[in-house]
Amino acid sequence: MTGAPRSQTARALRNRGFLTLCLACTTLAVLSLFLLLGSVFMQGWHGLVDQEAFKAVFSEGHLSSIPNLIRWSFFTEYASRRPDAAGIRAPLLGSVWVCVTCMVCSLPLGVGTAVYLEEFARRNRFNRFVELNVRNLAGVPSIVYGIIGLTAFSRMFGLIGKADGQPLQFGDPDSFFSLRLPFGQSVLAGGLTLMLVILPIIIIASQEALRAVPKSLRQASHALGATTWQTTWHVTLPAALPTILTGAILALSRALGEAAPLLVLGIPVFITSTPQGPMSNFTVLPFQIFNWAGRPQAAFHDLAASGIIVLLAVLLSFNGLAIYLRHRLQKTSA
Amino acid sequence: MNAPLPTPALLATRAAQRGTLRSTALRDSRERLVRGALVLTSVFSVGITFAIILTLAWETFHFIQLPEVTLSDFLLGTTWSPLLGAEKHFGIWPLVCGTFLVASVGAAFALPVGLISAVYLSEYARPGVRATLKPVLELLAGVPTVVFGFFALTVITPALQGLCKLLFGAPIFPGYNATGAGLAVGIMILPIVCSLSEDALRAVPRSLREGAYALGGTRFDVSVRVVVPAALSGIMASFFLAITRAIGETMIVALAAGGLAHLTLNPASETQTMTAYMVQIFLGDAPAFGVENLSSYAVAAVLFTLTLGMTVLGNVLLRLFQEEYE
Amino acid sequence: MTLHNPRTMNDVHTPTSSSLTPKPTGGDAAALDSAGVSIQTKAFNAWYGSFQAIHDLTLDIPRQSVTALIGPSGCGKSTFLRWINRMNDMIPTARAEGALTLDGHNLLDQAHDLVELRRRVGMVFQKPNPFPKSIYDNIAFGPRLHRHMTRSELDDLVEQSLRAAAIWDEVKDRLHASALGLSGGQQQRLCIARAIAVGPEVLLMDEPCSALDPRSTASIEALIRELRNQFTIVIVTHNMQQAARVSDITAFFYEGRLVECGPTDGIFTNPRSKQTEDYVTGRFG
Repeated sequence: MTGAPRSQTARALRNRGFLTLCLACTTLAVLSLFLLLGSVFMQGWHGLVDQEAFKAVFSEGHLSSIPNLIRWSFFTEYASRRPDAAGIRAPLLGSVWVCVTCMVCSLPLGVGTAVYLEEFARRNRFNRFVELNVRNLAGVPSIVYGIIGLTAFSRMFGLIGKADGQPLQFGDPDSFFSLRLPFGQSVLAGGLTLMLVILPIIIIASQEALRAVPKSLRQASHALGATTWQTTWHVTLPAALPTILTGAILALSRALGEAAPLLVLGIPVFITSTPQGPMSNFTVLPFQIFNWAGRPQAAFHDLAASGIIVLLAVLLSFNGLAIYLRHRLQKTSA
Repeated sequence: MNAPLPTPALLATRAAQRGTLRSTALRDSRERLVRGALVLTSVFSVGITFAIILTLAWETFHFIQLPEVTLSDFLLGTTWSPLLGAEKHFGIWPLVCGTFLVASVGAAFALPVGLISAVYLSEYARPGVRATLKPVLELLAGVPTVVFGFFALTVITPALQGLCKLLFGAPIFPGYNATGAGLAVGIMILPIVCSLSEDALRAVPRSLREGAYALGGTRFDVSVRVVVPAALSGIMASFFLAITRAIGETMIVALAAGGLAHLTLNPASETQTMTAYMVQIFLGDAPAFGVENLSSYAVAAVLFTLTLGMTVLGNVLLRLFQEEYE
Repeated sequence: MTLHNPRTMNDVHTPTSSSLTPKPTGGDAAALDSAGVSIQTKAFNAWYGSFQAIHDLTLDIPRQSVTALIGPSGCGKSTFLRWINRMNDMIPTARAEGALTLDGHNLLDQAHDLVELRRRVGMVFQKPNPFPKSIYDNIAFGPRLHRHMTRSELDDLVEQSLRAAAIWDEVKDRLHASALGLSGGQQQRLCIARAIAVGPEVLLMDEPCSALDPRSTASIEALIRELRNQFTIVIVTHNMQQAARVSDITAFFYEGRLVECGPTDGIFTNPRSKQTEDYVTGRFG
């Protein structure tokens, strides 16, 4: 062997040093999360907890005040110019409405595309292009989808509507069953715009789920005389369902947290009603948080923090639901 | 001679002939219908891309046609002042610069920290530690960007300002600055880098590691000199994905980076990104077909081209560097 | 080489294989296609892309008997098996030329109804692959696809199929439990029952015991011997002793060509070709 041997102590030191670096980085990553959550919690918890009841329970030990611990007015009040009278009623319900609409629209489209790409499509140029296109769409900023939603759903390219710019209205606007063309700032417009954002996620997640189903099951089904669709519907999809559901819930979490595309649509931040149907106007919680955070007064920052806690709590429960569902459904099929 | 007893197989075959045969025509037409519907769903996804390209191109075209705007000014100009009454300038570079600045700060934080954490999780950490830390990362990945913006505005920037006062006695960071926003963007994209890099590292076959250890490598040697280069394509893919996310990020920069579009490389200054400008326009009261409104479409077109370019480049590089192990 | 089995179609009880008398080769295939021959191949070639997997195969598979296809890995036996029920259609690079007929119907004809073919020709795979459904739903899967049946007819069919696969007593109390809870041998018998439930004439088995322990293997081999009274069985196997135990006819393949085919006793005790002798005595493979 030529050359001088490397110093063993130097190598050991480098090994140790790298390990320290690794630990430092990982700690930094974890620390950022804790800092984030901690600071938000510290700032926002008074908005959610009734101070009187808190004192009664924890300082004086009056356990009977526990039901009053949560400051329910935060959830039942609409937005207001006065921070202490403001609540998230409209944005919270608006978020629910728009996310449900979004999922109803995107699940069939997303799972359908994934089924086509994985089960039916032959390996030709068109199908490879479709797959590549989906992956590219996943990288598009959500605000660009907001612009498309504005043009296509909200304004419908300017092709529909009355001459003076007012929308065509069918049915009573306060009921569930009404139609407004173009969709304007309705729940449906928001849901369709969010659908554009999460569609690539659902397609990719469903594709992974379908790929994970072993080929042997499909072969067994074909050998029994089933067509491709019969195999997909009776064997492959049921087997892939737990993973598809998990992916759907994660996509739903993403939709809940999006504000930029809806902002472009032009949804109001100050609205004193909750949606009655898919044509109602609405606002969403992340947008309300954005609005409060952008104000100069510290009291609104506290409100924003309280809103963030509620939003994170909802998201955390969704993620927990996804993990639970994944466990349960995997157990029954394994 | 007795008649032979029917075997179970014969009984089964007889039982299988009961009932009536289903219509094959019905089955075939249903198959064709379903296949057609599924093709339509895939075409829809292609349609979205066309909608994006057409809409942005159309509106940008209108924008360029406006009297106040020239294409050369847009593509080469270095001043962006669309809201000034008299002297409107529409050079795109200040906004691009702002985006670049914030994304760089974010990448400078997230790429090294994320990669090294990924190496730790994949090569060093015990399974129990991994099992606890992975959910933490997933949690971070699920936090909405508005929350990071809020964090940047209320914690990071004041902390930076406080630190400066402590160390230098002079204020360096204004209330809105690229570093605060950039660090928040970094924390946001950290899980992307860490998760995807870790997947790439774990996909490297064990035999490579065992071979390196057998040659007398320390854990550092094996991890950094063998496994990381082997997983390079996946790691680079994660980098590209993270940077693309950072470029397209809206809410963090809208809250914390500021509204001043100027050409600067100073991370401590206030700056406006492309996405923050779009937010400013869409939140404002500008008339629907005026020059301000159309300018945001043009900015969106540049943003889309940039992110699409990054994604395509990432795909190309991924395929170039991909190692086949089987 | 061809072999002709003079058994008639409606025999339920069959004598042992010693009653076979090989007829002279040659003659028109149609004239010899009496009730005796189920699957006929003539000058059959198959490719995967540019690789030719089967060269000029001419083979007749007699009705209601067990034909074993033996040979070393990669010799084309599994490929041939999968062409009989056109499973190779799922591989885009697979193509074939020549004559491959089932009761006179050309199987390579693109217009041929694949679903009908797979109803008549069932398949059991190397690794048991029950659906992640209940035992009942596994068996009922095929019949539900092809026929309208009342609940009681379906119940009866499920029971008869499970009896035919010699597994009824073990599962009759847990028909609605998951099929994945069964042992490997039980799962394979379930797969056989599932194939029987659609009422096939032919059962193709691709190394059905290679993933199983010896006890399960023995019970499946016994089952195959019983089933041959009703079905035409073609079994691909790596295990020569298994071929000797289970089959009436054995065909030896090597590198995509049929080397020798004849009654099992003859192939193993007195093979005509040196290659066959080398393989069955273990000198290679």
